[in-house]
Amino acid sequence: MKLAYWMYAGPAHIGTLRVASSFKNVHAIMHAPLGDDYFNVMRSMLERERNYTPVTASVVDRNVLARGSQEKVVDNIVRKDKEETPDLIVLTPTCTSSILQEDLENFVERAQIDAKGDVMLADVNHYRVNELQAADRTLEQIVKYYIEKAKKKGELPEGKTEKPSVNIIGVSTLGFHNQHDCTELKRLMTDLGIEINEVIPEGASVHNLKNLPRAWFNLTPYRELGVMAAKYLESEFGTPYIDITPMGVVETARCIRKIQQVVNAQGANVDYEEFIDNQTLHVSQAAWFSRSIDCQNLTGKKAVVFGDNTHAAAMTKILAREMGIHVVWAGTYCKYDADWFREQVSEYCDEVLISEDNGEIGDAIARVEPSAIFGTQMERHVGKRLDIPCGVIAAPIHIQNFPIGYKPFMGYEGTNQIADLVYNSFTLGMEDHLLEIFGGHDTKEVITKGISADSDLNWTKDAKAELNKVPGFVRGKVKRNTEKFARERGIGEISLEVMYAAKEAVGA
Amino acid sequence: MTNTIQPEALTFECETGNYHTFCPISCVSWLYQKIEDSFFLVIGTKTCGYFLQNAMGVMIFAEPRYAMAELEEGDISAKLNDYDELKRLSLQIKRDRNPSVIVWIGTCTTEIIKMDLEGLAPKLESEIGIPIVVARANGLDYAFTQGEDTVLAAMAARCPKQVLEAEKESRNGIQKLLSFGRKKEEVAAEKSEYVNYPPLVLFGSLPDPVVTQLTLELKKQGIKVSGWLPAKHYTELPVIEEGYYVAGVNPFLSRTATTLMRRRKCKLISAPFPIGPDGSRAWIEKICSVFGIEPQGLAEREKQIWQNLEDYIQLIRGKSVFFMGDNLLEISLARFLIRCGMTCSEVGIPYMDKRYQKAELEMLEKTCHEMGVSLPKIIEKPDNYNQIQRIYELQPDLVITGMAHANPLEARGINTKWSVEFTFAQIHGFTNARDILELVTRPLRRNNALKDLGWDKLVKEEAKV
Repeated sequence: MKLAYWMYAGPAHIGTLRVASSFKNVHAIMHAPLGDDYFNVMRSMLERERNYTPVTASVVDRNVLARGSQEKVVDNIVRKDKEETPDLIVLTPTCTSSILQEDLENFVERAQIDAKGDVMLADVNHYRVNELQAADRTLEQIVKYYIEKAKKKGELPEGKTEKPSVNIIGVSTLGFHNQHDCTELKRLMTDLGIEINEVIPEGASVHNLKNLPRAWFNLTPYRELGVMAAKYLESEFGTPYIDITPMGVVETARCIRKIQQVVNAQGANVDYEEFIDNQTLHVSQAAWFSRSIDCQNLTGKKAVVFGDNTHAAAMTKILAREMGIHVVWAGTYCKYDADWFREQVSEYCDEVLISEDNGEIGDAIARVEPSAIFGTQMERHVGKRLDIPCGVIAAPIHIQNFPIGYKPFMGYEGTNQIADLVYNSFTLGMEDHLLEIFGGHDTKEVITKGISADSDLNWTKDAKAELNKVPGFVRGKVKRNTEKFARERGIGEISLEVMYAAKEAVGA
Repeated sequence: MTNTIQPEALTFECETGNYHTFCPISCVSWLYQKIEDSFFLVIGTKTCGYFLQNAMGVMIFAEPRYAMAELEEGDISAKLNDYDELKRLSLQIKRDRNPSVIVWIGTCTTEIIKMDLEGLAPKLESEIGIPIVVARANGLDYAFTQGEDTVLAAMAARCPKQVLEAEKESRNGIQKLLSFGRKKEEVAAEKSEYVNYPPLVLFGSLPDPVVTQLTLELKKQGIKVSGWLPAKHYTELPVIEEGYYVAGVNPFLSRTATTLMRRRKCKLISAPFPIGPDGSRAWIEKICSVFGIEPQGLAEREKQIWQNLEDYIQLIRGKSVFFMGDNLLEISLARFLIRCGMTCSEVGIPYMDKRYQKAELEMLEKTCHEMGVSLPKIIEKPDNYNQIQRIYELQPDLVITGMAHANPLEARGINTKWSVEFTFAQIHGFTNARDILELVTRPLRRNNALKDLGWDKLVKEEAKV
């Protein structure tokens, strides 16, 4: 047993549902107790989805517990098949059904006899994988199922498309800014003269999955979702895949160069250097932003980064390499894929933090007192408590992270969005000067280890009055700096004198 | 309304139970706030945790006094010892938070693996010195608000049997609340204003302002509330002796009512619930009648409240409402809205305790007759898919539903109100009647504002039927 207040990645079935409900006309049936269909609420609220979420539950209640599901699951599948005529029904196990150990495979086989659509059991173990791993696995499973089906029927199309083409793999519902990223990636491919063969799973029809082998290569922009399917396609058809996330100016260029290499190897003759140059210098504003005076003010400022592998790694590189910001630590909650993360970011930050414990992360933030945090909604709230601004870069996310306006993180427009996010997260120029006047920049050492530790120091009446004259948004910082100063010197009471001494000590 | 023939009595149907509702463990979100010295430990899986984290929204960040005891594979396969594991976590909670009570919430998983929480709790309780209350609020057996019912039923067993003399003074929390700032003699003098009868304890968790309002409402009739289950603190749970009277304030508290009657030998006052001015008056009248009191000034009070509501009522009079059902408040709300002049063809409800809700059901029936509208069908364990087909057919003016269906229905031009808001808003008593209508009319007011824009149907093709 583990005491937990918060989790970064959801349970396995959420991953399966995200993939299943991203496809068009695919229905998921959860074998779950009442109340576990909370996924529908999230999708309907966060994505403001106009359509009913194609997820229903075959409810596990006291009767099922006593006698087994018997006909119930089969009936529910067949009924949904009639009502909605989906192409595919994915029977989704939950933590509850995992322990009941009912023969779900058998239910699927029996239901398949009567159902017109296809029926499949999502092959995920609740106690071994999380949301992200399950999503990756389910996508691979569905792709494989339809490729094999097409093979059997002899419907697999021959050869590649005439012009260079790509499958974009891994765009899904409830993914962080996925819709916008997808639009941006399509635009980028079009600019490069590459046709979009298929985008999966978002908006795709399972009937089109047989066309996947026609693409010249696969692009998997997200580390967490799509790589398994891409690997399968590589082993089955030799389709190369590119797993460089085009996020940030340098990485986008690297991704494009890799595309160039891959398509030229297959007989195309393209040179993207001029395109990269033009985009970098004149279209995207990010490279220019890095050189501007604004960004100069950010030099050496301390930041911490935490999120999923894709976003945390990309942000760390952008901050360190493209903006000259000092990333004190970068971390991920994708423990199962920690080696990849370490390898990606080690040279761009002082320390790598791999953890799923929000308390540990909160304390690590409090310890280094960065000028800005780039993290999930949880880190945003830690930032609120510590008075440190936070830019949200990864799930778990709230409704405000599903903006209506166009806000990709990938491609060249993505670099603009990220530049804005970073710039707005750090305290702005004017505030910065005030900070300096009233007590310096980043504090370099530990004040207290925890984030909830209260002050045990006394402030004299005069000092308190003086503190209150400090503008509100920097007051916390001045207070902390002064108290740190006092603590280091063993001063128990903070008078006006101590306060000024502290200011001088920090300013000097 | 297609149905023009008035049936004589309410009809009850039961569908498949394929409906959307919150998991009953959600009750921790309001109960930990209500019982200020408690700590709720939900013993379940990542699924439970994910639900709580997402359903609670921002509350999760406010250092809540609840946590998950997340079961791992070793717990499921009994490689780890339940007792040792729970002891380790409970000690950690004791050390970090020092609560007056730890409430263990049993979940589907603990049910299936048959973890004997009720057996483990007393042992651990004596070992660590903190009361441990066990409530099995799981999705196998219960829906949403019934979670509170399981917790309060478990708490009912913990209410002290007798008042200790020394405690008498400090225990009288509510009494103090109402007499703050006044001298002892005055308070003593006031006590005599109350009519003499066996003590009355009310049950149901309500926000403190509503507790005060309802307590004062009864005080006006000379009825003293000797305690509430739950109180603000676990250490202030009311004394319940054999022969006490009890009355429920919410329609989903049937287990608590049963426990109070059978195990604590209390007398249950079966009344409609104090939701809406009609319900509030009926609730008070029923309590008065049990104590042989002639209610004073209630008719005027009700009339005045109705007058204050008139601007809202104008918006809904003659309109139809459809309850998909998910929180068990449906019967009371339907009764109130019908009194406001709405029609209602269907009331979906997760679970219908016809005995506990008897007075409320009778009042619904009576209200329909008096308002001259046909009686709604009450659909227990509804089937959301079928309901949506019926909604398309009936085209009601307002659908009260869960969030899973609200946006899709709005996109199809059907006004919806998110039902969960009724659980969290203050809706009890005369004072809060306006808040109910504020909620009910909000979609109508909003959509009135947009009505000339021609944006009713925002889906390209109608979903396949």
